[in-house]
Amino acid sequence: MSKTRDNLPEVTVQSTAETSALLRELVAHLRQNRTQLRQEWARRITEAKLLTAMSQEEIFAEATSVYDNYVEALETGTFEALQAYARNLSERIIPRGVETHEVVGIVLLLRDVLARSLFAKYQHDFGLLNRILDAYEPAANRIANTVAVGFVQERERTIRQQQEAIRELSTPVLQVRERLLILPIIGVIDPQRARQLTEQLLRGIRTNRAKVVVIDITGVAAMDSNVANVLVQTVEASRLLGATVIVTGLSPEIAQTLVTIGVDLAKMNTVGDLQGGIEEAERLLGYKVVPFGESIQQA
Amino acid sequence: MEVPILKQGHYLIATFQAALTDEDLLKLQDALVERVGKFRSRGVIVDVTALDVMDSFAARTLRALAHMVRLRGADTVIVGVQPEVAFAMVQLGLTLEGVATALDLEEALLLLNSRAKGVGARAR
Repeated sequence: MSKTRDNLPEVTVQSTAETSALLRELVAHLRQNRTQLRQEWARRITEAKLLTAMSQEEIFAEATSVYDNYVEALETGTFEALQAYARNLSERIIPRGVETHEVVGIVLLLRDVLARSLFAKYQHDFGLLNRILDAYEPAANRIANTVAVGFVQERERTIRQQQEAIRELSTPVLQVRERLLILPIIGVIDPQRARQLTEQLLRGIRTNRAKVVVIDITGVAAMDSNVANVLVQTVEASRLLGATVIVTGLSPEIAQTLVTIGVDLAKMNTVGDLQGGIEEAERLLGYKVVPFGESIQQA
Repeated sequence: MEVPILKQGHYLIATFQAALTDEDLLKLQDALVERVGKFRSRGVIVDVTALDVMDSFAARTLRALAHMVRLRGADTVIVGVQPEVAFAMVQLGLTLEGVATALDLEEALLLLNSRAKGVGARAR
């Protein structure tokens, strides 16, 4: 039987046949008292102020299906269905702001409610109660484990997805004029983001046939030698593709840091702010911006 | 495999068809430096669009080539470095400093033409 496979030795001493017989008895008991235990559980959840993001009816509905899945897992000893259910449940409740401690809390509450009902039922026969608990505890622990792990995994998957999305949105390469790109950088640059930034810029240069690129780092709060290095590398790689890079928006603090740590920025073309950078880029491209009236006078 | 060198007006154009051995690179370098004088060329364009990898020897040879051609009185433009190649080169510190680069052949011709005009203007 798969459920006893990775249990501790002292539990497997009890014959598997006996364990399954006890579990059957247990399941029958839980089925019989379904309504009452479920209500008790829902009451305890509310009392403990768990799942506050959900309404009373929702809690009761979820409690019912968790309860049924729980009993089924106890009965069959297989956890695939429960795993799938836990994943599905997590998918639904994570966006509503349900926390890990709440999910673990409600499963542990259910475990407690069921154990108490067992105490009440078998209190006259201590030996039988012991054997029932021997059968019940490992399975209940595994169920609690499965649900908690399922929830955490789902949460991590969501976080990963969101990180991916943020990363993709965080480095836009924008064309402002024919052959002129700007790359505004905002926030913290870690090595991974730096790499992605460089790649996106290089690809952007190729697809937009850019000649001049303005990298604006007004939104970068701090810069260390690693980030400065990445910046230098990006500038050089862009040059290899035939594009000129202008860096704008270095704050006084960053300028001081860079000079203090001795980064060689001699190769970099820097201009005070984004406006200046775009004007310089236009000059390099041979554009001249004149007020509308003047251009008419000239024509 | 030898790299064909085409003469186009005042310029010489060498297009890499595939990855080259070190020996081929040196041959190309010799041939270009020689022909710049023979055809009285004003510019050399080396197109590396077909390369998906550039090792340190190739980068060094291209830089040396550009400097030699400069000494023979012409400009060199490297064109068509792929984004991935550029990224890898910079990581290895192979930045072709002092060598002009352009996105493609068209850009390179524009660049060389504008330089020629600049020289002409100064001469006048």
